Amino acid sequence: MASDEESDEDFVSYGTPLEPLEEDEPIRKPVPVHEQTVKDEKGRYKRFHGAFTGGFSAGYFNTVGSQEGWTPSTFVSSRQQKADRQNARPEDFMDEEDFSEHGIAPREIVTTEDFASERKDQLKDKARAVSSLAALIPGDTGLLEELIAPARSSIGVELLRKMGWKDGQGVGPRLKRKQRKQNDDAVQVYGCAFPPNASEESEDDDEFAPENVTFAPKDVVPVDFTPKVDSHGLGYRGLNPLQALGGGSESGHINLFTLQSDRTTSLFGDRNSRRQRRGGIGGQAFGVGAMEEEDNDIYHKDSMSNYDTVLGGEEPGDGLYGWTAPQQYTRKKNDSKRDVTYLGRILDGFTLASEVTEIKTVYPPPDLPRDYRPVHYFRPVVDSSTVSPIVAQALLTSRGHLSQEAPQQGRHSLGSSQRRDMLGETPLQGPSSVFELLDNKDRERLNEIRREAEEQNKSVENLSSAVDRAAVVASAKAAALRALSSRFQSVAPQPDSHTQSRTSPTRTQASSETQMALKAWSGPTADASKTFKPFAKNSQKQARYDLYINKLKQGDKDALELSLDSSMTEWERGRERDEFVRAAVLYKPSNSSLSSRFTRSKNEDDTDSVEVTRDQENDVDDKQAAVKMKMFGKLTRERFEWHPDKLLCKRFNVPHPYPGSSTVGMPKVKRDKYSVFNFLSITDSSQVSREAPSAPKPPGSSSTLPQTPEVSNKKSRWDIPGQVSEPKDPLSAFLSETRSEVLVAKQIEAGAKNQTDSSHATATPEVNVAQSDGKQTEQKTEEEEKEEDEEEVRPPMDLFKAIFASSSDEKSSSSSEDDSEEEEEVAPPTSEPIQSSAETLNPPVSAQITPAPDISKVPDLKHLTVQSKPSAETTALNTQSSSQSAPAKSQGLDEEEFGPRLPPPGFIPSACSPQLKKQKKKEKEKHKAKKHKKEKKKKKNKKHKHKGKQKKRVEESNSSSDDADSNSEDENRVVSTSELLQRLKNIRSKR
Amino acid sequence: MAFPQPRPQVPQLPQHLLRTIECQQGAVRAVRFNADGNYVLTCGSDKSLKLWSVSRGTLLKTYTGHGYEVLDVDSSYDNSQLCSCSSDKTVILWDVASGQVTRKLRGHAGKVNCVQFNEEATVMLSGSIDGTVRCWDTRSRRYEPIQILDEARDGISSLKVSEHELLIGSVDGRVRLYDLRMGQLHVDFIGSPITCVCFSRDGQCTLSSSLDSTVRLLDKSSGEMLGEYSGHVNKGYKLDCCLSDKDTHVLSCSEDGHVYFWDLVEGSLTLKLPVGKAVVQSLSFHPTEPRLLTAMEGHVQVWGAEPEDAAVEDG
Repeated sequence: MASDEESDEDFVSYGTPLEPLEEDEPIRKPVPVHEQTVKDEKGRYKRFHGAFTGGFSAGYFNTVGSQEGWTPSTFVSSRQQKADRQNARPEDFMDEEDFSEHGIAPREIVTTEDFASERKDQLKDKARAVSSLAALIPGDTGLLEELIAPARSSIGVELLRKMGWKDGQGVGPRLKRKQRKQNDDAVQVYGCAFPPNASEESEDDDEFAPENVTFAPKDVVPVDFTPKVDSHGLGYRGLNPLQALGGGSESGHINLFTLQSDRTTSLFGDRNSRRQRRGGIGGQAFGVGAMEEEDNDIYHKDSMSNYDTVLGGEEPGDGLYGWTAPQQYTRKKNDSKRDVTYLGRILDGFTLASEVTEIKTVYPPPDLPRDYRPVHYFRPVVDSSTVSPIVAQALLTSRGHLSQEAPQQGRHSLGSSQRRDMLGETPLQGPSSVFELLDNKDRERLNEIRREAEEQNKSVENLSSAVDRAAVVASAKAAALRALSSRFQSVAPQPDSHTQSRTSPTRTQASSETQMALKAWSGPTADASKTFKPFAKNSQKQARYDLYINKLKQGDKDALELSLDSSMTEWERGRERDEFVRAAVLYKPSNSSLSSRFTRSKNEDDTDSVEVTRDQENDVDDKQAAVKMKMFGKLTRERFEWHPDKLLCKRFNVPHPYPGSSTVGMPKVKRDKYSVFNFLSITDSSQVSREAPSAPKPPGSSSTLPQTPEVSNKKSRWDIPGQVSEPKDPLSAFLSETRSEVLVAKQIEAGAKNQTDSSHATATPEVNVAQSDGKQTEQKTEEEEKEEDEEEVRPPMDLFKAIFASSSDEKSSSSSEDDSEEEEEVAPPTSEPIQSSAETLNPPVSAQITPAPDISKVPDLKHLTVQSKPSAETTALNTQSSSQSAPAKSQGLDEEEFGPRLPPPGFIPSACSPQLKKQKKKEKEKHKAKKHKKEKKKKKNKKHKHKGKQKKRVEESNSSSDDADSNSEDENRVVSTSELLQRLKNIRSKR
Repeated sequence: MAFPQPRPQVPQLPQHLLRTIECQQGAVRAVRFNADGNYVLTCGSDKSLKLWSVSRGTLLKTYTGHGYEVLDVDSSYDNSQLCSCSSDKTVILWDVASGQVTRKLRGHAGKVNCVQFNEEATVMLSGSIDGTVRCWDTRSRRYEPIQILDEARDGISSLKVSEHELLIGSVDGRVRLYDLRMGQLHVDFIGSPITCVCFSRDGQCTLSSSLDSTVRLLDKSSGEMLGEYSGHVNKGYKLDCCLSDKDTHVLSCSEDGHVYFWDLVEGSLTLKLPVGKAVVQSLSFHPTEPRLLTAMEGHVQVWGAEPEDAAVEDG
């Protein structure tokens, strides 16, 4: 606070003036920072060591206290004067810096804490002390001390004072009175909420407002009406300058330092006022402000008395009940006239709004029609396959919900050729039936065997089922043997006189084969060591084969018979005979020049199975047709189970759909290598398996259930499955034989199944089962049309074995699906990827007798009994040649064609001409594949109920299943073989 | 709820030629917008991949590294990476800024027709003429694909990726939809070799164009056909089809030098945009605006809803 001498007027200058510049003095350049030095009091340079290492250097160049180092205290001890016991005090280790003003032990005379005023404490604690309300008598807490306390102010206050600030004034530029008024007004613009400060008003009302005089700003804490947007706690205000300057919280004009009396009075007032509590900053969280001296109560412990413990307990009288509006409101209420006009009670602290708030226009929601429902309800499109037939039909007739099916009915009733015409397809080229591919000899052989079967059936027919099952088995076996022997042994008795002419070519053919083998092997070029070992998998068999070959080489005509194992059953021997002959012919030694060029592969791959995808795609032709008709959707879409890689799922941020599965991609199934199924896309069990992809069964369980276990165990799976190629084809025979050995294990499983199956079979009525068999074959793919025709007169399975040595099994599996689908969709959707291969385990004889395909479809035996019966019934409808009703069947078929199927409506007996039937068959053939595509969601329960009725009916004619099969032959016998052939020709010619 | 939705405006079709970019990279095999539609990527038959600015039509970067013509490209959602595939049987992951090859993935047995990032650019999917779709991990250093989808019986012509689904069109005439979340594979038989597939923007439908000169809109969940669009010529080439930015129109390239716009719902031909005389080989629709890219021979054309000047002001 220095003032110029010349002008000693009422200049107020802040701060310390700069030294006046000399006239001639050269202008000193400011020393740049890097050249500035710090020197201690003795003029020594002090080097900065860094803040954490003690700041500036100390001692003698940072070493010791002086140039001489530490002066040791000289040890003096004499008799008179013993060495004093040196008591090292802290001061001994301090230098003058420590004793200086800013050192740790300043030696200057200061008022100690004991004698210092309590003001600082008071300032901090005043709010607390007042709020505690403990002191009813004000001043008893050191009021006297306050009165006599030395005026000691903080450095901030002193700085302000130096700048001209006076206690009681506000900080800031000086203002004119009027301006300040305007400011007040401006503040009041903020609205009704601003409290008119009574004290302020009184001061403002002073007439004394000279023009030229400025006044210090009032020391007012401006009320902040800014909305709370920060994240501080409620009531937190930051640093209050008023308090920081040591003033009372509310009474801003109290001069704590000079006007002690005022202060005390105000303190009295403060103590009484409750506002105090809200006033200042308190608590340890706020730290020390720049204006405060020190936070001397670092270890402050908050007391609960600072807080309200009871809601509204302290303010019962003010009627605010927790409302903490500034008290000016309450004072000011009823001021305005509007408040008076307002009739209702105005809550304390509130005033009526000056402006009428805008009324929001609310648009009413539109009127809804009375019958409006907020949720759209889709009419259920009933999938007939999921609903019991009765329900479905009821739906169809009543509401037509099965809209999908209705229009299709018409189309489905069309024949395949008709539809083909509609679609503009060209008629299929090539042979229409497998039978055309056979040569005459085979065809005759076929017939001959069929005849035998009839013969056998005749005998079986007479037996009552339950008792004579064993007999039937035996007879079946006998028939099989007969069939075999007729082929390979000329000594076989001719069962029928009139078929003799037909069988003879077969015999001659068989014998010619052996002759061929003999011829081939007896040649000079033959070398056993170089020959192919077709039965390498089965060493015993191979040994027998080698023996046979050796004998052949020696020109032994009885080579075959001699080389066979006599301990084997007749049937097995028959088979092996066949195999050997074929193998011998097939692998007859080639020319030495040729054979020398080939060598056996060194590392034969042991795996006789390959992985193929379990779910195969359905027939493309149907889809093509559907596409042509633009019927996208169910017909063209297929669903497969597909396993994404775990990592892929992770990368796509989706949970793995099959958490436990380790497979990736399409589920794979082991199938036999070389299996024709791997190369032919014959629709097999894929459809069914697709229906229940998640529940694959173990392969064994799905195998078909051969009737005669003793035989089945040894038989090759390839016995049944017809070869796709013709029977004479040695390659297929070879394949079948090589594979047969591998699959013995599987066959055993199948054999185990037999037991259960047989029990089931007895329960099923004979006719039904037989027909289901016939039905089964009906469903075969188109290439096998001829076979289908043949179903009516069903030959023994041996025949099939002979002809279609490898593929009929597959067919049967697929057809069995069809069967089961058609048959009221009983078959539970669970099926097996491996099913088809397992089914091929069927031994021929057993297959002939058992309703194998039906059962094969059924995953567990529970369904077995239930399923086969109704199925048999429907098949009865289907197959029973002319006497049985065709319409029922055809309808059933039609319904199944596209989209959901309808169940067969019932059994309507009517005459049906063979012609009609043939047509139907064609339809069937066409539709077969389509059926595969259909999604068969079968609800078993309903079906079962439905079936139960039929079951009863069927049971009347209950007999063993063995009988059943033979009986089916019976019925089929009505059509003679020649007639059958004739029909086949007709069909062909039609095309 | 109570307030009716504003009447949707009649969608504008990009029928005004804004600019033509001469790409100088041989035939442009594919043209693609980047993820946000501000840049254009062109695949050239001269083994190069070029990045262009749509608004200015200037070349920003050329990516070289393929050994044969580049067939498809896709940009990651953050525009930091590109993946491209080529006739050289490789798939390349590029760093956009530096133009360097981040990863070069070999494994396909034939030329790679299409490539696509998944949503987060963690997986690249590439479909090849060898009939497989390979899923390459961009996060790891593995050079083997995560998974190989070999269900297709013929070459893969087109593939698209949605959040959790892979849509794959194959020359065997089937559109395969792999649902990762359900673990299912839906195969839709179309019959004719598929040239291009895409999802609708709402993800409910799939669009597939096939060599029988037909574009079909199929319901994704059921496979039923919702619309069939024909009139254009697509008999021999692998042409693109797509949907407009608001799913209002179906677009397809044509071999007669036009781009065909059909109304999605009505199936009627709305616009037949003449592009040139040659085959319109590729097209790409802007993700949000009515803006279209077409590739014909060696140049790319940018089409907008407004005429040139107005659009320029916009841009």
